[in-house]
Amino acid sequence: MSLKPFKKIGIGVTFSPNLKANIHEASRLALRLRSNLVLIHVGEQSTDKDAKFNAILEPFVKKGLVFEIIFKPGNPVDVILSITNEKNIDLLILGALQRENFLKYYVGSIARKITRKAQCSVLLLINPSVEHIACQHIVVNGLKDPKTTQTINTAFYVAHQLNSERITIVEEINQDEIAIKVDDDKSLRKTNILKERIRQREASRINEIIKTIDSEYTKNISIKSQPIFGKQGYSIGHYAQIMRADLLVMNAPSKMTFWDRLFPHDIEHILTELPTDVLIIQ
Amino acid sequence: MSPKKNILIDFLKSMPKNIFSGFVVSLIALPLGLGLAMASDAPPIAGIIAAIVGGLLVSILGGSHVTISGPGNGLVGVLLVAISTLGLESAYAAIIFSGILMILLGFLRLGKLADFFPSSAIQGMLAAIGLIILGKQFHIMLAHKIDRADTIDYLLEIPYTINDAIHYTNPGLIYAAIIGVLSLCIMLFYPKIRNKYLQLIPAPMWIVILSIGFSYYFELVAHEANPIDKNYMISGIPNISTIISEIPIIDFSKIGTTAFWASVVALTLIASIESLLSIKAVDKLDPQKRRSNVNRDLKALGLASVGSGFLGGLNVVTVIARSSVNVNNGGSNRSSNFFHALFLVIFIVLFSTELKRIPLPALMAILVFTGYKLASPKTIKNIFSIGKEQLIIFFVTLFVTLKVGLITGITSGVVVTFIIHIIMNKGVSLFARNVLKPNVLMFKEDEGGNYYVSVKHFCSFLNFYRLKEKLDAIPEDQDVVVDFSLCQFVDHTVMENLNDYQELFTKRDGHFEVIGLDMHDTDSKHPFAMRRLLPVPNLIKNSLTKRQSAIEGFAKDYGLNYNADKQRETHFLDYFLFFRTKKINHIYNKQSEKNLAIKLFDIEFSEGEFIAKEVVRSTMLHIQLDKNIPEFTLDREGFLEKVYAFAGFKDIPIQDHSDFSKRFYLLGEDVEAIKTFFKDDITHFFESNPYYHIESNGNAILVFGKERLASIKEIKALFDFGKRLKDVIS
Repeated sequence: MSLKPFKKIGIGVTFSPNLKANIHEASRLALRLRSNLVLIHVGEQSTDKDAKFNAILEPFVKKGLVFEIIFKPGNPVDVILSITNEKNIDLLILGALQRENFLKYYVGSIARKITRKAQCSVLLLINPSVEHIACQHIVVNGLKDPKTTQTINTAFYVAHQLNSERITIVEEINQDEIAIKVDDDKSLRKTNILKERIRQREASRINEIIKTIDSEYTKNISIKSQPIFGKQGYSIGHYAQIMRADLLVMNAPSKMTFWDRLFPHDIEHILTELPTDVLIIQ
Repeated sequence: MSPKKNILIDFLKSMPKNIFSGFVVSLIALPLGLGLAMASDAPPIAGIIAAIVGGLLVSILGGSHVTISGPGNGLVGVLLVAISTLGLESAYAAIIFSGILMILLGFLRLGKLADFFPSSAIQGMLAAIGLIILGKQFHIMLAHKIDRADTIDYLLEIPYTINDAIHYTNPGLIYAAIIGVLSLCIMLFYPKIRNKYLQLIPAPMWIVILSIGFSYYFELVAHEANPIDKNYMISGIPNISTIISEIPIIDFSKIGTTAFWASVVALTLIASIESLLSIKAVDKLDPQKRRSNVNRDLKALGLASVGSGFLGGLNVVTVIARSSVNVNNGGSNRSSNFFHALFLVIFIVLFSTELKRIPLPALMAILVFTGYKLASPKTIKNIFSIGKEQLIIFFVTLFVTLKVGLITGITSGVVVTFIIHIIMNKGVSLFARNVLKPNVLMFKEDEGGNYYVSVKHFCSFLNFYRLKEKLDAIPEDQDVVVDFSLCQFVDHTVMENLNDYQELFTKRDGHFEVIGLDMHDTDSKHPFAMRRLLPVPNLIKNSLTKRQSAIEGFAKDYGLNYNADKQRETHFLDYFLFFRTKKINHIYNKQSEKNLAIKLFDIEFSEGEFIAKEVVRSTMLHIQLDKNIPEFTLDREGFLEKVYAFAGFKDIPIQDHSDFSKRFYLLGEDVEAIKTFFKDDITHFFESNPYYHIESNGNAILVFGKERLASIKEIKALFDFGKRLKDVIS
């Protein structure tokens, strides 16, 4: 299985209180993944702005960071998307917002639009910090989906580059797969046998995927697989939150229609309540 | 032997016990059926018809195991309205349609319906029903029939009726009122008398027997007419041939009216809620720890209601008091429900004329007691201790139900609950944003195989069904951890239900733990408006009573640890046969040896539910053994054991100790092991010591004397006995 390392990382920057933290996070990641960094600023260029960005980036340049800064005025969503395409950016970093007084994060309207339309992978950061925080535990989805193999592969690649210790692969199993409804002791027993069977089937499927991955990426990482019977896209976020995962890696959604937003599923759940940093693999 | 055959043999083996408990249940079902039907303004036999049809059909088709079905007290209020607005013939049609709706609910798997109502609102509704029953029947109990339009008027006139009753001059009325008051006293004081022979017949049946005896006394001994006023004798009990030949004509002409459908909906709603709550409560009492199939039960109850309606009977629901009597008397499967119906048929065939000798006030006293139990001050006190806001919900539901009607009442309860939740959370956004989210996550942890359940956002009566669905998918003998640390708001309904789960899991060898609620009031980052957490043992005890100080002194003398506080950790008692059908509330005044081998404690437990509920306090001794011994129960030989023997229990004789075998009643599964265990020294020990009830569960022994608290002297004797018993055995 071929890996697709991220060659170019893009980040949209504005002069917000989070500016320094955002750039620090992006630069660290770019160094770790050995990729180039593209700062996208929606607005006119000025020497003043240039100087500010350069000042923040300076410590990383010393460590060998290659970067470019692009200024372009216009609608933020359109600008960022078009530059992503132009520059062949394969990972776009976006910051999340925090709900006042709550320890809850959500993706703002602009970032949300970008996430839905982006052609590349997207990393949503909930808590950017100037200081380095180690990424120890990665949760990745193991849905039965053609994209999953690529997603798990990338997760291992990222884990390897970030020196993560643990990867948990979560297989969300739709409740509909269990045809029996629990009514009494007998049906409960049947359901549990069925669940156990599905659990084993899923575990062996995941094992097959892991086998195809280059052992160099899997060797120092403890791998766990966790089947969950629950709502797709929602339970994995919930799981990542209670396991205090540092990064959640998910498949990109297939197609979005108006109805998908009205009755949220899969990725939309995650966007309204970010459990942790989320990496959406395209 | 094939497992099928085993089931059949087990069934036949347990048959005598089920016939016996079916018989006892029919004794209580007969007066209750008559009374409930009369309270609903239906002919008295309608209640019996409901019980018979219900018993026969639900026992065959139902999905629960030890429940009894029949006319329910919750329906009295609705039936009263239905019969007074529609007339009896149309009311039967409404009953038939509500039965059909219940069948539909069963097919739509809406057994979870009852979970959508806040528990305080349900309590308020039940209390209102209690007051409706009590208010109306109280006057008849005192031989003072009145007719008022509003239920509240009935309640307000109670003092006037009492005043009138004191100044009666008509001897017929005086006798009637005295019978009523005496019957009420029997209901009130019956649970207080712990006499095994007296307890063999349920209180309502005592009332029936005594009042029939009273009537015969005047006829056969005194040769006088029955002094009770003719108007206050039960009337309109047809004999069996009239019942069969005069099946009522059902009037379907009002089917297009809104009043008709309002009654149908109300009947369905109350019948389902009452049944579902009862099934849940009875499941906790089931000694064999089975899970009921509520949807199947709903279908069976609905079908029975349809049948009952066509034959001129009331709605059939699952009834809690009768079911708990069934469990207490050894009912172990659905056949007891069947036999209860069969015995009712026999009663009606053989004794329908005797039933006419029952005075109305006696029957109404039973109902007044039922009503009082539903609306007892204890309920209110209990709700108040949970929180003041619960009291608001309770009273709003109560008053609206009394003033307007049941459906409006319960709806107002739901609305008020939700408004209170909004106020407590300072806004509707928490609910609006999250109500549709699948906020419950459950998975089986790899290490240890625990089930871990995490709940996010909020958990209240609005979305409790999601949590319940997950919890129901866990076998009760597993370990469960429910984590609320991501949950901002948990309401009282949820807490109460979780407590039920906790009891259920503990009883079935599982473990159910709720975590993440401790920080709900302290952490400023989480604006939790948490209400009461799980019931916590009363930590602050002001002072010790005289008895407690004496126990403390005794404990000091013997080098025991003493703890006066209530303790709810009573899992070590669950395996004793004695507690299988009983609910342990708590133990207190615990004295224990340093190594916990011998424990002495006061215990409060309850038997039965609702009007059959009896709370018992006793002092017991628990000996933990280091070796395994056979399981057995040992008690004094007596009349009651002969009755039990008739019902299928067997006394185990010990060879060469005829005196022991004569004086003691020994019972257990593994006869051979018990025979070898009762060697000479052990048998001699029991022969030469005072009588106690002794039970072994395999590795521990439970000893107690009477079913009341022991005096200090008795405690000392009990402790001494236990110590020596331990020496003899080990």
